[in-house]
Amino acid sequence: MELAMGIMLGLLGLGAGCAMIAGIGPGIGEGNAVAKACEAIGRQPECKSDVTSTMIMGCAIAETTGLYGLIVAILLIFVAPGIFTGILKDAVNAMK
Amino acid sequence: MTEEATPDVRGTRFRVVDGLLIAMMILPILFCIVLKVLYTPASEGVHIGGAMVFWQTEAPLMPLYISESQVNSWAVMISILALCLYLTHGLTAKANLKRQLAAEWIVEKCQGLVSSNMGGFFQEWAPFVAAIMGLSAFSSLICLVGLFSPTGDVNITFGWAILVFFLIMYYKFRGGVWNYVVGLFKPIPVFAPMNVIGEFATPVSMAFRHYGNILSGAVISALVGSALTGLSRALLGWLPGVFADMPLLRVGLPAVLSIYFDVFSGVMQAFIFAMLTMLNVAGAVPWEEWNARRKKLHQPVIQNTAA
Repeated sequence: MELAMGIMLGLLGLGAGCAMIAGIGPGIGEGNAVAKACEAIGRQPECKSDVTSTMIMGCAIAETTGLYGLIVAILLIFVAPGIFTGILKDAVNAMK
Repeated sequence: MTEEATPDVRGTRFRVVDGLLIAMMILPILFCIVLKVLYTPASEGVHIGGAMVFWQTEAPLMPLYISESQVNSWAVMISILALCLYLTHGLTAKANLKRQLAAEWIVEKCQGLVSSNMGGFFQEWAPFVAAIMGLSAFSSLICLVGLFSPTGDVNITFGWAILVFFLIMYYKFRGGVWNYVVGLFKPIPVFAPMNVIGEFATPVSMAFRHYGNILSGAVISALVGSALTGLSRALLGWLPGVFADMPLLRVGLPAVLSIYFDVFSGVMQAFIFAMLTMLNVAGAVPWEEWNARRKKLHQPVIQNTAA
């Protein structure tokens, strides 16, 4: 029982870590967006405010995919152990 | 045109009403803080979890919870109502109060935002957009006084997103329900499942975006706080008396993080939620089909004057 619990919790932690690989994509994407925005401001400094607001808006939308990964990780860390522990205990009781 | 009666700004009655409105702004927040202090169990360490459940009862489908996020969001609503009443208290044509200028600025900004993003036809939407933006911003900012942000609970943001989803569907059905159903099977019928998922993805992504941003800020702040507590126990544990237990290293750094995670991120997400509401609703209207239907019914054709 303890061994099964330990394996389960460890794998949940590993899964949460793997889910956060999703953070790579938004990082690269937002970096590109900010780089292009800096170029645009350098070329036309007079439309700095427009470019900045559009860039922040786009960054926030690009962040969504990363946030999905984050939510999966948070669910795996804080919610899943309770559910899976209950399932494991039920299974062990059923075997007895 | 008759001369309006100027309210007596220096009068006792005006000041008493002002005081009552300010109390109505502050008291709900104080009530929430007291409730939280009463319900928080005495324990050490940093707790990361969802909203506390104050009260629950049996309901037909599942237990009905009255949780911290509901209580806090009602407190925020009452506070915003009191703020609006306070800002519009004593309106005159000459604007002899400073708060009237603030109120006018807010109204003008919202109307400008709505008409530039949605077009002239949606001008009446300014109050709705302003309400969603204000509620979202103040719900996120409430964590500055130590309360749980209602927007850090997925139920609250999902509620708003479902509201927006119904508005989007209402405008999509304006072009005729049959036209909408046929539109799902374009460009080829194989795309129908993807189009249906795309319809439902809009509210889901709006809700998760807002919730994930606020919650991630809260989790990171809590983790940094607990790490600094452990660090100060290890480094400053030799100090005499009560200083040994005090997490002295927690002074300062969490506040700097809070400026980004709570203030900037919260206000930013409120703006983005309102912006996406406007863009999704304005983009959902099938103008050609709707105007064709209106011509058949002998109603005037609507022209959405873009800004």
